[in-house]
Amino acid sequence: MKKLTFTSIFSQLLLLIFVIVWIVPTFGLFISSLRDKDVLAISGWWTSFTTTEVNEIYRTEGNESQIKEGDHYYIKGNLFGEDKGKQIFRFGVTSKNIDEFEVGSTAIFKDKTKITVFENGDYIWKSQEEFKKKKGKRVFVSAKSPPSFTLDNYKEVLFKEGLGQAFLNTFAVALPSTLIPLIICSFFAYALTWMKFYGRDILLASIIASLVVPLQMSLIPILTVYNDFGALFGVAAKSYPGIWMAHTGFGLASTTFLLWNFLKSLPSEMMEAAKVDGATHYDTFLKIVVPLSIPAFASIFILQFLWVWNDLLVGLVFLDKHPSEIILTAKLKELLGSRGENWEILTTGAFVSMTVPLFIFFSLQRYFIRGLVAGSIKG
Amino acid sequence: MASINIKSLNKFYGKTHVIKDFSLEIKDQSFTTLVGPSGCGKSTLLRMIAGLEEINSGTISINDKRVNDLSPKDRNIAMVFQSYALYPHMTVFDNMAFGLKLEKKSNEEINERVLDAAKTLQIQDYLKRKPKQLSGGQRQRVAIGRAITRKPQVFLFDEPLSNLDAALRVQMRIELAKLHEQLNTTMIYVTHDQTEAMTLSNEIVVLDEGEISQQGNPIELYNNPKNLFVAGFIGSPKMNFINSKVSSIDESRVEISVLGSNITIPKKINKYDDDDIIFGIRPEDITITDGSDYDFQGKAYVVEKLGSNTFIYLDNEGDPIVIEASGDSLIKVGDGVKIKFDLNKTNLFNSKNKFRID
Repeated sequence: MKKLTFTSIFSQLLLLIFVIVWIVPTFGLFISSLRDKDVLAISGWWTSFTTTEVNEIYRTEGNESQIKEGDHYYIKGNLFGEDKGKQIFRFGVTSKNIDEFEVGSTAIFKDKTKITVFENGDYIWKSQEEFKKKKGKRVFVSAKSPPSFTLDNYKEVLFKEGLGQAFLNTFAVALPSTLIPLIICSFFAYALTWMKFYGRDILLASIIASLVVPLQMSLIPILTVYNDFGALFGVAAKSYPGIWMAHTGFGLASTTFLLWNFLKSLPSEMMEAAKVDGATHYDTFLKIVVPLSIPAFASIFILQFLWVWNDLLVGLVFLDKHPSEIILTAKLKELLGSRGENWEILTTGAFVSMTVPLFIFFSLQRYFIRGLVAGSIKG
Repeated sequence: MASINIKSLNKFYGKTHVIKDFSLEIKDQSFTTLVGPSGCGKSTLLRMIAGLEEINSGTISINDKRVNDLSPKDRNIAMVFQSYALYPHMTVFDNMAFGLKLEKKSNEEINERVLDAAKTLQIQDYLKRKPKQLSGGQRQRVAIGRAITRKPQVFLFDEPLSNLDAALRVQMRIELAKLHEQLNTTMIYVTHDQTEAMTLSNEIVVLDEGEISQQGNPIELYNNPKNLFVAGFIGSPKMNFINSKVSSIDESRVEISVLGSNITIPKKINKYDDDDIIFGIRPEDITITDGSDYDFQGKAYVVEKLGSNTFIYLDNEGDPIVIEASGDSLIKVGDGVKIKFDLNKTNLFNSKNKFRID
């Protein structure tokens, strides 16, 4: 057993806090996205695991559905429309006294008609005379609502709101925008590490320096240049190749730097052995460096992919907003404006956008951790 | 078949002059060892022969062909590195076949050569393993095997045994000697371990700060070191050096005062003007005596019993004096020991320029 010191307890506690701070909202978002939209609006997600008591108002059906049996007229139906698993335990017929009656007993309206409400919402409304009013009467119920989850929100968001298309669009942006810089930078980082040429150190220093320039600052100039350039070749101002190029450009410096960091930790004697064995730089790169760099590639893939996936700004600037080009984050932002009150759409949409990062992180985290402790490969 | 000829070679790292106007002839099929303390330029020299290090001036030729501007693969050499430098993601077989595959040899030839080399080094059973599943000794064998498969004219070894433990080092040393016998190619070996140099090579080149201090076969270097540096470097434990005074010099003998007693060395030396002189004698050339005829008496403060022999360190101002005694010596720490020098095996060094004068 490891000794418990103050610092170890402290760091464990800190870790616990971080985990909670991260997990709780994510989990809440996930639960919310699975809840019924009506319930979502009135109660917090944490109440959804237990049976809750709700007070609701329903209206009975009107005179169209009355039937005559013997001397009496009846209207039969269910207050909830269909059985939703809620259990009524009290009900009332006036707003002054909403839980006046025990479920199963009979209440009398002002007009002397009688109504019996059952646990599952079924009711029988009985009158000696014909029902005249088209509108039904209000019934107040106190019901126990059991936990219930539904995938309806997902169906709605993915197929009706166009988030499904946006999801695919984001993939179309993120995959090339991750792979292209990775390929370019792996060659580049190899050259910076293991090839001797004039100005190498200055080149490296300028790459590291360019990490300082904020993306936001270079965005508009780049777009201007890109537009002029596109016009020259008759290419649409906003298109997928454009955003691939933009992301590639923005990712180039950091990707090169991270890969360079990894590659220089490979033992130099191994490279020399390859050289003595007759390997050209190209051979060394493909047959020795690439296979040994898989963990680094994976971790950089994760970083760049997540960055592009979660990006909003570049996507807004370099892509149009019509359905075939809009990316997930832009779509979510749009929904936030137009459907801001429909929480079920927002929570579900947010969770949809999180699924891919979560999946990628969990499936590649083995490499991610190995990549972060890069250089532990022994020769 | 390869002889190597190095002519006035120079190498600078920035302003540091690492290899200084270095010339050396390495004979075909010889086993030449470059020894010296760390930083003496021996590894740099080897890497220049391999083509891994640029040459600032001078020439290196292999078989009378200038190779200065050839890349390593065109020099027909193979190199074994200190850290093995195996490719960790490849099996032993692939490691050994890597160079051959790059040469686009046929599969049968690759198979044959790798299996041959594996047999020579007795690593046939490990061909399918990855380097990390091997022990240090096995890894170094694979590294040597990788060199052998390419059938080079010259083998270059850069401290190949330094990463191994003592027992393995002795074993691999013997195998390297055997290998040289079998392959009969030129081998150049870099080490800082004088035992490896003595046991393996038929030619030792002692390097000191980028220059040759002395060159010759091991016994010659041991018996006739040209200067204080070589005398101190070759032999373990190292030769005892004692600062002495010259009493008198004549035609056939030198009389010096060593540790308070006058001794007469029956050797003729060249003209020597200085008063100070360094007297050098190897531990095995000192005998312990009981009688009254002794040259020095001191207290033993460390006694190293190795079984076959014993090393006794005698207290002395400055460096202690080391004596080799028989394995069954009864001398204990704290005992007074009387010693006598074998006057036919002494070495005298100039105290100023450190050259040998007798």
